[in-house]
Amino acid sequence: MESFLSRYKNPLVLLALLLVQVIGLAVQVRRPSPGAGDAPGVRLIQYWALAVVTPPERLAHFMGYETGHLWSSYLDLVGTKRKNRALLTEIDRLRLEQAGLAEQARQVHQLQALLGFQQKYIYKTVAAQVIGASEADQSHLLILNKGSADGLKQDDAVITPDGIVGRLRQVFPHTSLLLEISDETSGAGVLLQGARLQGVLRGNAYGQPEIRDMLPDSRIKPGAVVVTSGGDQIFPQGLPVGTVQQVIPDPGHAPLVNVLIDPAANLDAVEQVLVITDTGNQMPQQEQQDIATSELDQEQQKASDILAERLPSAIDPEAPPEELYTTTVKGFTVTTPLQVLTPPLPAQPDQFTPGATPPASEMTPGALNGPIRQGTENMPPPKPAPQGTTSAGVGAGAGTGTGSAGAKAGSQGAAGKPKTAGTTLKQGSAAHKSNSAAPGGGR
Amino acid sequence: MALMASTRREVDVPNYPVWLMVLTPFLALVLQSLMTLHFPRFDYVDLPLLVAIYFGITWRNPIGGGIFGAGIGILQDAITQHPLGVFGIGKSIVGYLAASLGIRIDTESFFTRLALLPVFTLLQSVVVWGLERRVIEQPYAWIWWQEGIRAAVNALLGVMLFALFDKARRRD
Repeated sequence: MESFLSRYKNPLVLLALLLVQVIGLAVQVRRPSPGAGDAPGVRLIQYWALAVVTPPERLAHFMGYETGHLWSSYLDLVGTKRKNRALLTEIDRLRLEQAGLAEQARQVHQLQALLGFQQKYIYKTVAAQVIGASEADQSHLLILNKGSADGLKQDDAVITPDGIVGRLRQVFPHTSLLLEISDETSGAGVLLQGARLQGVLRGNAYGQPEIRDMLPDSRIKPGAVVVTSGGDQIFPQGLPVGTVQQVIPDPGHAPLVNVLIDPAANLDAVEQVLVITDTGNQMPQQEQQDIATSELDQEQQKASDILAERLPSAIDPEAPPEELYTTTVKGFTVTTPLQVLTPPLPAQPDQFTPGATPPASEMTPGALNGPIRQGTENMPPPKPAPQGTTSAGVGAGAGTGTGSAGAKAGSQGAAGKPKTAGTTLKQGSAAHKSNSAAPGGGR
Repeated sequence: MALMASTRREVDVPNYPVWLMVLTPFLALVLQSLMTLHFPRFDYVDLPLLVAIYFGITWRNPIGGGIFGAGIGILQDAITQHPLGVFGIGKSIVGYLAASLGIRIDTESFFTRLALLPVFTLLQSVVVWGLERRVIEQPYAWIWWQEGIRAAVNALLGVMLFALFDKARRRD
């Protein structure tokens, strides 16, 4: 027996090592309940591993982040004002869009309230940085620098402004493990926005999210928008997920199809995420105030549009706001800048220009207050016809044309005849005379 | 036979500084995580596996190689969504076999290492795939071309890394 053990010591130790790990696997796979987390021993090993790996990752991230922050915040400020102006313009545009949708949203909320539907609103989010990634392929896991000490919990939804990223798989005091939607073991309830078809989103072997086992439908087309359905109780309803990239047959479950999704969030380069830590059924106060502000903006916009139609170019968009005024809309106090409307100066002043006309007390009934414009003041004077060389055709044509124009001007300009009109009349008369005096001109 | 460990030098057990023994697996885990974050295709490389193979073939102690592989594999499992033990079992087997081969053949040759590394990489992939699909029934795909790339990339990186490790070791 002793010789057996000494002879097969190495394989026996290996077998014991493997046996212990297989038993460990069996214990982990068989969880006490479906929603339960990992066993305490497993969590302890994970905690140790993260305690080993994350300090240098935090240091590397801190150094990289601080360097980038120093550069972007203090040195690379070229174009910041231009960007700021563009962003302010975009905010104004989005406010108007929001106001346009606010009424529809309000109606939907009323209907949902009537139907007893519980809509989830995002109340609170915690921003977190991604400091590390998974140690193996086919494992789409990220390490976040925030944990339960910051209010994070297991199964919290994680998003970016572009779309959903995943959910928290494990939460430790100062670190969390984020399971991306591109992982094969993940899952999210989604909805094809146009077709209103629901499905479950999972990652495939190549790390691309897909909706599996859907019934073939002609409405599932590339480019169709996919949002969260809210059915998984993790992601609030209506968050962007991505767009349909391709529909492929499911080889194992014909005639069902798999729908490949192009994720809205860039899952290959996630740097900063928002963890949704609190949701509720009522619209947040800040959101309500934003909508109220947008509605007020829309009303002002409508008023200014009407003014702009009546007085073209009356509003100077470059004019700085001179004062602020405060009003109350639906219980919310809103403060907006007040723009004083000043008409721009005309390019060519005339009797209609403000200030050009004398006061009514100084005016005499029936008298003219200024020169009457004919509309031909800016026209170049016609060249006089050379004398003695005028042929009948040319002379007749020129004389008739300018003569008629001159006669018309003369008949209109009895009181205040402009100089150019008089010149034209004289030239027309001269040409007429020369035409009649020319030998054979009228024959 | 050229591959056999015939000379005294080849069967010497190399001695490493303690700091290197501690720091190498630690650095392998940290670098694997950091590099994969910034370069997603770096997931073809398995730095902890390369470290387990290197210490296995140079220690020439199958028990030590198996335990070292299990330890680094379980730490690797802890930072994936796999249950603890999947990579642990894979690296235990690889570490044990690498150490067993280190006794019998000359593993300091460049070409021997270039031939062994893809075999060990594929072996670990087979073990992990088998455990995931057959034992714990988790989704895990076997894609031949990806496994081929992984084997080739690890072999090329491994021979360069092993040459660096060779410079750090002390001989009695």
